[in-house]
Amino acid sequence: MAFLELDRVAKQFGAQTVVDDFSLVVGKGEFISFLGPSGCGKTTTLQMIAGFLDPTRGAIRLEDKDLTAIHPAKRGLGIVFQSYALFPHMTAAENVAFGLEMRSVPRNERAERVRAALAMVGLAGYEDRHPRRMSGGQQQRVALARALVIKPSVLLLDEPLSNLDAKLREEMQIELRQIQRTIGTTTILVTHDQNEAMSLSDRIVVMSQGKIEQIGTPQETYEKPASAFVSQFLGKTNDFAGTIDRTATPARLVAGSWSAPAPAGLSGAVTVSIRPERIGFGDAGLGAKVVTRIFQGNHWLFQCDGECGPAIVIRQNDGQPQPTEGEAVHLTWRPEDMSVRARTVA
Amino acid sequence: MSAVAEERDARAPWALTAPALMLFVGVLLIPLAMTVMLSFHDWGQYKGIEPVFILKNWQEIATDPYYAEMFWRTFRIAILTTLLTAVLGAPEAYILNRMSGRWKSFFLLVILGPLLISVVARTLGWALLFGGNNGLVNKLLMSLGAIRSPIPFMFTETGMVVALAHVMMPFMVLSVWAALQRLDPQIENAAMSLGAGPVTIIRRIIMPQIMPGVLSGAIIVFSLSASAFATPAIIGGRRLKVAATLAYDEFLNTLNWPLGAAVATLLLVALVLIVVGSNALIERRYAEVFR
Repeated sequence: MAFLELDRVAKQFGAQTVVDDFSLVVGKGEFISFLGPSGCGKTTTLQMIAGFLDPTRGAIRLEDKDLTAIHPAKRGLGIVFQSYALFPHMTAAENVAFGLEMRSVPRNERAERVRAALAMVGLAGYEDRHPRRMSGGQQQRVALARALVIKPSVLLLDEPLSNLDAKLREEMQIELRQIQRTIGTTTILVTHDQNEAMSLSDRIVVMSQGKIEQIGTPQETYEKPASAFVSQFLGKTNDFAGTIDRTATPARLVAGSWSAPAPAGLSGAVTVSIRPERIGFGDAGLGAKVVTRIFQGNHWLFQCDGECGPAIVIRQNDGQPQPTEGEAVHLTWRPEDMSVRARTVA
Repeated sequence: MSAVAEERDARAPWALTAPALMLFVGVLLIPLAMTVMLSFHDWGQYKGIEPVFILKNWQEIATDPYYAEMFWRTFRIAILTTLLTAVLGAPEAYILNRMSGRWKSFFLLVILGPLLISVVARTLGWALLFGGNNGLVNKLLMSLGAIRSPIPFMFTETGMVVALAHVMMPFMVLSVWAALQRLDPQIENAAMSLGAGPVTIIRRIIMPQIMPGVLSGAIIVFSLSASAFATPAIIGGRRLKVAATLAYDEFLNTLNWPLGAAVATLLLVALVLIVVGSNALIERRYAEVFR
């Protein structure tokens, strides 16, 4: 069921295409992340939904109504900005009340909703504080309360957590997710942080250079990346050069001294992508030598020099003895854990 | 060893500031003190200045309504000039701030331009445009039949306010401009997304935040206008005197230095009180915005 729909939306600044052919259907209550490096067009797309920019081509529809025809002030969307953009001359309560005032909500109801909104983000008792007297995390909560109090049809979050320190960011992620689950507002989050996107979203839209690379659940985009860009952007990955030999019976996929039955479809030169935590040390497989071994508490990180180039391996710290630096090892993995793409041979 | 070092450290700030401090004392404090002292001296047409301590000059200023009128006119002109620069300068700075790169720097140069030209030249320019029957604008309007007699400009308070406002405009624009730079670039979008229209955004969001800039600009413009000399001297001449031109005349034409010193001291004290007072008021009122 399409709630918010972007249909082949594009944005050009002069000759430069910033967003191209962006199509997405968002269901009611969904939490979507636009994920990509800076300059990939994710914020531009968000601003087109918000109405601060007009799309060059394409349509944006909310419940089948053309959103681009509605003035930004009338769209009724809640937006949290990266800088929070709080009104510094107003108290927290006045900030939150502003949107209600604009909607001519009666004074009594307004006060009640402001109090409830601030309580929801854990800021009960901070009503009379001015934003500049609050910490970054508190300001962020005020901004969230201000966006949510107007009961927006869609909540747009523009890198809302990027100005917070790591610990606070993690706390806010959990809180954001809980609040969103509770009130069920359709939410779009713009972020460059893959962990944030994965831990918060129902679906992730991975973007690069103005184009959608992949749309999928966090697991899908992580486990089955549609392109080399996605696999590299979402966490660490190993890319090994391999070949599929169709002359052998049955056909085999060979990467160094590692081999497995070939998957259907491809043949010739391929790239084998495999996540570091899916590689194990075995008696046979891709030959490699451990270069460095780093202990990271709950896991070990190995950097290896293998037959097919450098490889990263992550092993759980399960109490078993681990290979030492300089040791010759064999890397092995289950065929279902890898993704195989055609490789153009230079 | 450390005791010596500490002693040296304690003296170092004084030693380092000494040159500037001596300059400050030498060219500002001492002349100022001498001016204040001068205002208590006696003066006569034939005997000149007599270094005695009397209150004659101050009594004259306090009792003769001529001086009250003079000071009242000075501050009336300064207040009107301040209002005019605020009403024109604040929107000007806002519009300027919204312009795109190249136009922004061009118009900023246009606004700062007057600062590069001597006050005398600028004021004479106004006189050429509006001065009496021969003023360019008056001539044009009269030949077009738009006005019957020339718009009075020279020797009027209106003329003085207009010419002063032109001179002072850059200070107001720059001061508001600085306040605008502190604005969150997304703040207008934030207000818009909450349902505010353009007028509401300016009235409820922008104005309160640039008010400190307007007020600090107003303090600069007010104090410079109240103590301005060149513009009132050219536009007002002898016919329409303000405190600064009055002090000048007492010093250089009547040669009654003590009376001139009393006028100058009174102007200074009044200005310092007004500026310090309003500054304290503004800082208290806008504590949240200034942080």
